[in-house]
Amino acid sequence: MKDMRKVSVTVNGKSYAREVETRLLLSDFIRHELELTGTHVGCEHGVCGACTILLEGRTARSCLMLAVQVDGANITTVEGIAPSEKELHPLQQAFMDNHGLQCGYCTPGMLTTLIEFLQDNPDPTEHEVRVAISGNLCRCTGYQGIVDAALDAAKRLQGGKRA
Amino acid sequence: MGMKFIGARVPRLEDPALLTGRGRYVDDLHFPGMLHAAMVRSPHPHARVTSIDARQALAVPGVHLVMTYADLPAPAQQARIPMLVPNPSIKHPLMPYALAKDEVCYAGDGVAILVADSRYLAEDAAALVDVAYEVLPSAGDCREALKPGAPPTHAGIASNLAAQFTLAYGDVDGAFARAAKVVAASLWHHRGGGHAMECRAVIANWDPLQKQMILWSATQSPFLIRRSLTELLGWDEDNLRVIATPDVGGGFGPKTIFHPEEVLVPLCAERLGKPVKWVEDRRENFVATTQERDQYWDIEMAVDAAGKILGVRGAMIHDTGAYMPWGIISPYISSMTTPGPYVVPTYRLETRVAMTNKVGTTPVRGAGRPQAVFAMERLLDKAADALGMERAEIRRRNFIQPAQMPYNVGIISRDGKPVIYDSGDYPGCQEKAEAISDYAGFRARQKEARARGRYLGIGIANYVEATGLGPFEGATVRIGPSGRIFLLTGASPQGQGHKTALAQICAEKFGVGLEDVTVQLADTGIIASGVGTFASRIAVNAGSSVHLAAQDVRKKVIKVASHLLEAAEEDIEIDGGKVFVRGVPGMTKTLGDIARSVAGMPGFALPGGMEPGLEATQYFSPAQAAYCNGTAVAEVEVDIETGRIDVLRYAMGHDSGNLINPMIVDGQVHGAVVHGIGNALYEWMVYDADANPVSTTFAEYLLPTAAEVPRIAVTHQETPSPLNPLGVKGAGEGGTIPAAACIVAAIEDALAPFGVKVEDTPITPVKLLQLIRKAQANAA
Ligand code: FES
Ligand code: FES
Repeated sequence: MKDMRKVSVTVNGKSYAREVETRLLLSDFIRHELELTGTHVGCEHGVCGACTILLEGRTARSCLMLAVQVDGANITTVEGIAPSEKELHPLQQAFMDNHGLQCGYCTPGMLTTLIEFLQDNPDPTEHEVRVAISGNLCRCTGYQGIVDAALDAAKRLQGGKRA
Repeated sequence: MGMKFIGARVPRLEDPALLTGRGRYVDDLHFPGMLHAAMVRSPHPHARVTSIDARQALAVPGVHLVMTYADLPAPAQQARIPMLVPNPSIKHPLMPYALAKDEVCYAGDGVAILVADSRYLAEDAAALVDVAYEVLPSAGDCREALKPGAPPTHAGIASNLAAQFTLAYGDVDGAFARAAKVVAASLWHHRGGGHAMECRAVIANWDPLQKQMILWSATQSPFLIRRSLTELLGWDEDNLRVIATPDVGGGFGPKTIFHPEEVLVPLCAERLGKPVKWVEDRRENFVATTQERDQYWDIEMAVDAAGKILGVRGAMIHDTGAYMPWGIISPYISSMTTPGPYVVPTYRLETRVAMTNKVGTTPVRGAGRPQAVFAMERLLDKAADALGMERAEIRRRNFIQPAQMPYNVGIISRDGKPVIYDSGDYPGCQEKAEAISDYAGFRARQKEARARGRYLGIGIANYVEATGLGPFEGATVRIGPSGRIFLLTGASPQGQGHKTALAQICAEKFGVGLEDVTVQLADTGIIASGVGTFASRIAVNAGSSVHLAAQDVRKKVIKVASHLLEAAEEDIEIDGGKVFVRGVPGMTKTLGDIARSVAGMPGFALPGGMEPGLEATQYFSPAQAAYCNGTAVAEVEVDIETGRIDVLRYAMGHDSGNLINPMIVDGQVHGAVVHGIGNALYEWMVYDADANPVSTTFAEYLLPTAAEVPRIAVTHQETPSPLNPLGVKGAGEGGTIPAAACIVAAIEDALAPFGVKVEDTPITPVKLLQLIRKAQANAA
C-alpha cells in the first residue's frame, strides 16, 4: 500500500504543503508536484549535478533525496535566483554574456552550485572554479563559457559590494 | 543602415528563459489526464522470447496497458522500423520491430511497453511482466563476430557480415612498391555515447478536435520521425504533427535516430485515448540509445624520401551493433575522410561492417571521422618519425594547396558524386594553430620540464569535414500586420542557438533588432518539409533558406512601397522596420503598413496587381557538401609513475567559412573538443565478451569534467564556401574530429624516451601505465 506523508516546504520564498508518497524523490516532487521544472534530472544517480538545488543555502542533489526529508525546510531552485521577473542575477547575466550555456540542461545545477561557491569563495582562481563545478556535467559547452561566466560573476558581485 | 548582425557576437535570444528555469523540455510538459510509460527491456544480449505473461502487471491498480509485439497494429507487426538510409551494399538490412517479435538481439532491446498512472507505478509494474527467455549465444567483439563459426547475432542469418565495400582510386599497390618508407598501424577506437544531458523523451497526445496525433519528442529530426511513422504505420502526414520544441537538452547524433519508443508512445496514446509520456532514464540511455565509434583499422602508408605520401591502404572493421538504423553512413564517412587535407595520390580501404549483439551504432558527434583522422594522422606521425622529419613539417609537405581548390579527391561519395573540396586554406590553418599554441616554442618547454623529471609531449592533427549536407532545409519569412517578422523553419536545435543565428540573418535584411523577429522551429506543423539537425548542416541549409526567403520578402516590400509611395524601387530604403524614399524626408511607411496593404480588402483588387501577403518560403538545397577543416594542437603531461595524463594546453585553428555568430561557433568548438577529449581519455562503454553492457552509470562511464579539461584556444580562418549565399560551413563537430589523434600523438611524444606506442582510445591511466612498464622492461 502507498505510504503517504505530509510535507510542508518553502521554495523560493513560497510555502507549499503536499501529501506525497514516502518514496517520492525530491527532484520529482519539485518538478512534478510543485511544477518548478527548472530543476533538471540528468542521471538520477547523483553524478551529473543537473538536479542541484540550494537547501538552507547549501547545495544538495535533489535526485538523491526524498521529498519527505525536506519537511519544514527552505529551498531555492533556479526559478528563485533572479531578483525579479525582469532582472537577472549577476551570475545569470554573466552566463549570458560569456556563453555559459547552450542547451541549458545543466544550467540550473551550474547556477546553484556556483551561487554557493561564490559565497564561500568570492574571489576564486580559474582552477578553483573548475574544481567547484567538477561535480556538474555539461556535454555542450566544454565548460569554458561556464568558467568564464563564474569568474566574470565573481568580479561583478565583488564590484557590487564595493559600490 | 541598421545593425550589422552577421558576424557579430550577439547574446542569445534563448538564454533568459533557460537561465531562469523557464525552459520547456519534453519532461516539463504536462497534459490533463496524462499517463506514464515504462519499457520492459531484455536483460540478455541474445535470447528467444518464449512467452510473455502480463497478467500480474495488469492486475496492479493504476496500470492501463501492457503492449507487446502481439498487440501492435498489423502494419507494425508486418514491417520492421524503416531504415532511413538504405544502401545496396547492405547484406542484412536488419532493423528491429517496434517490439521484439520472438527474439531479442541486445541487452536493452524492447519487449513490452507498460502504461500506468505514474512513472513510479509503471516501473513497479514493468518488473512484474513475466518474460520467459531462452538465452542464445551472443557475439560481442566485432572481429570475432566475423569469424566462421561465430554465434549469429540474429536467428537465421548465415554470417554477421552486414555490409562490405571498398573505396579506392589510383594504383595503390604500385605506389607501395616504389615507396622509400612504409609505415603501418593497427588501431582501435572504442564505442561511446552521445550522452546529451537530457535523455530521450516522448509525449504523444491525440487531439480529437484537430483529429491529429501530436508528438513532442526530444529529437534532432521531427521530420524524420514523421516520415518513419507514416512509413511504418501508414498514417497520413497531415494527421501527425511532430514537435521538438521549445527546448531539447543536447543531441550529438543519437537523437537523430528514430528509436522504437517514438512509435510505441503514440500507439499507446491512440489505444488509450489519453496523452502518454515516456522519459528515458540514464540507465536506459546507456543500453537502448544508439552509440558509436567501435572500429578496428589495419592501415599502412607509403611515402617517398621527401615525406610525400604515395598511397594509403588498409582494412577496417566497423561494429554496427544489432541493428543499423542509419545504414552504413558512419563507416562510409570514415572511409571517405581518411585522405583529409592531404594530397593522397592512391588509396584503398576495404571495409567490413559487423553485426554484434549490442545496441546499434549511428553517428555520434564526429560521425566516423575521428576514427579516420586517427588512422591518417597517426600514420603521418609514424612516417615523420621514420624519416626523422618534424611532424608539422610532414603535414606541410603534403597539404592540398589553396590554389588547387576546388579539389577532386578521387573518391566517389555515397550519393554517387565525386568528393570535391569546395574551398579551404589548409597550410594557413595549420600555421594559425601553430602560432596560437606556440608550437615552435614547445621543444624548449619540453626540455625544461624533462630536466625536472616531467614528461611533456605535443601532438598536431588536421581534418577535413563534409558539412552542410543536403538534401535541403526550408524557411518561411513573413511580416505580419503588426510589422513583426516571423521566421519559421524545420531546423531543430538542441543548444546550438539556431534561434539567435537565424534571427541574425533575417533581422539584418530589414534593419530591425533581433527582438523584432519571432523564430519558430522544429515543428512539422509550421512548414511543409524539413530534414533535421545533424551533419553540421543547419547554418548552411536553414541559414541559406532564411537568407533567400528574407531577401524575397525584402524585394516584395520594396515593390509594394514603391507603389504606395509612388517612388522608384531604386529609391526605396528599408531600415529600423520602416520604409523610406531616399532624399524625401517624411515619405515613410512602416513594415506593418506595407503588410496590411497587401493583406487585401474584401471585394477590392490588390494594389498594382500584387500577390497577397508579405511572405516567402525558400528551400535551400546545396549542390554538394561544404568542406570545413581544422588543425588541433594538444600539449600533455604524463606522470610516468601513475599513468595520469593531463592535457595542459589545447589549440584549434578552425575554418568553417564565414561566421554568423563567432560566440556561438566558439562554443561549438569548445564543446566538440571536450567530447573528443572524452573519447581520447575517458569515455569507454564497456561490454563483456558476451556483449553484456557493464558501464551503465556516469560513475562507471566517465564524461570529462571541468577539472580535467584545459582552456581551449580557438582561432578562426574564414574561407567562405562558394556553394551557399552566406559562405558558411558547418561547425558543430569539427572540434571532436582531430582530438583523439593529437592527444594520443602528444602522449607518445611525451613518452618518446620509452618508445611507448598507443594504438587505441580511450587511453586510460591503467592502460598507459602498463604500456610504460612494458616499454621499460623491454629497454632493461
Ligand atoms: S540528476 Fe541528480 S545528480 Fe544527476
Ligand atoms: S549547456 Fe547543454 S549540458 Fe550544459
